Amino acid sequence: MSTPLTPQPVLRLQNLTRVHGSGATEVHALRGIDLDVHPGELVAVMGPSGSGKSTLLTIAGGLDVPTSGRVIVEDTDITTAGRKELAALRRRSIGYVFQDYNLIPALTAAENVSLPRELDGVSARKARVESLAALEEMGLGHLADRFPDEMSGGQQQRVAIARALVGDRRLVLADEPTGALDSETGESVLALLRARCDAGAAGVLVTHEPRFAAWADRVVFLRDGAIVDQTVRSEADSLLTGRVADA
Amino acid sequence: MSIRHGLLALLEHGPRYGSQLRTEFESRTGSTWPLNVGQVYTTLGRLERDGLVAQNGEDGAGHALYAITDAGRDELHTWFEKPVDRASPARDELSIKLAMAVGAPGVDISEVIQAQRRHTVKAMQDYTRLKAQALTALESGGTHERDDVAWLLVLEQLIFQTEAEARWLDHCESRLIRFSASAASAPRPATASEPGPDPGPRPATGSEDGAGGAGAGRGGAPVAPGARRTR
Repeated sequence: MSTPLTPQPVLRLQNLTRVHGSGATEVHALRGIDLDVHPGELVAVMGPSGSGKSTLLTIAGGLDVPTSGRVIVEDTDITTAGRKELAALRRRSIGYVFQDYNLIPALTAAENVSLPRELDGVSARKARVESLAALEEMGLGHLADRFPDEMSGGQQQRVAIARALVGDRRLVLADEPTGALDSETGESVLALLRARCDAGAAGVLVTHEPRFAAWADRVVFLRDGAIVDQTVRSEADSLLTGRVADA
Repeated sequence: MSIRHGLLALLEHGPRYGSQLRTEFESRTGSTWPLNVGQVYTTLGRLERDGLVAQNGEDGAGHALYAITDAGRDELHTWFEKPVDRASPARDELSIKLAMAVGAPGVDISEVIQAQRRHTVKAMQDYTRLKAQALTALESGGTHERDDVAWLLVLEQLIFQTEAEARWLDHCESRLIRFSASAASAPRPATASEPGPDPGPRPATGSEDGAGGAGAGRGGAPVAPGARRTR
């Protein structure tokens, strides 16, 4: 993947709100969210259940619409985009990783990864070449001809990450991707996500596990639909120079 | 943390001099607990006094060498065999701080928790970054493999520790929310269901806690004298 590192965010959420229901049963799932995610950046969204983190992700990916506010993916406002435009954007720009992998059981790993490209009109042959290249680049080449039920959960999830980022897509939205995995395997999935972001992708990771959130560059804390706080990563090397503990 | 036993463990690999021990200790633990040379020599002096190490000549450059004795080896093996004592938990500043923050006037405990959570998660991010680097170094087959593995174990301990802290903070927050919810709802049925003794007029002197007091916001319902509640 040769992504030029531009300062332009891949994903911009602007004053995003989402209200479910109305009147007495009105629930404010999101209250004025602002968030930019740049190429090369992995952002973790943490919060207790009901804090709005999954709603945030489904809206960022165009799977749900906000009550107000804007969602801009690669310069396109998906809240005003037409159906066709939105579908194309979802195929070409946005990759999803779900807790339960969502690979198609009847297709091999390589076929699963090439599917979004074929849907996008790329020839089957070219899609397969791209798919194998993506798997190879992510150290998953040996899994190319395996079916999902011949792979471990961790392997399936890594294939799902390859599928999310095949082609020119550089936004990956991951909803509790480690939820069904033991912690060692979960770690390998996060390491791959981290590596893809280091290579230029932009990632949003929703998790309630601090250990996995810690792989991110930035951790955003969500409470009752609002961002209440966030961390930034310091230069890790500064830790190695005679530091004892953060004073 | 036992510097004594750390030094004994390094000396078991052969005689060493003071600053060499310091360097090896730090490379094993990734400088997580930096030592100064003074500490090393003070500790060596005590170990020598206790018969666990002995001076062992000099190396070519004139450094005084120390060697582990048989008694030192026994001590070291006993240390490896015995679990680290947890009978008296180390004082933990965060536990003490939160314990003191419960009900402290002018302190919003949820802010105390969030400030700590941000700090703790950030520390985890830093440790995780270092861990990823250590793993990469190990996979590329560096020359100091033993030290890399040791450093990785120390880092992972720090990650587990910060993770436990972050989880505990989440737990404290939800625990406190549950308690404050039940505290807020508990007094109401009590006043509504129990008529109590003839409710007299609210004492005119009760202005100091009016706004946040138990009687506030209840449409001016009369409160019996002495029925003042704390939250």
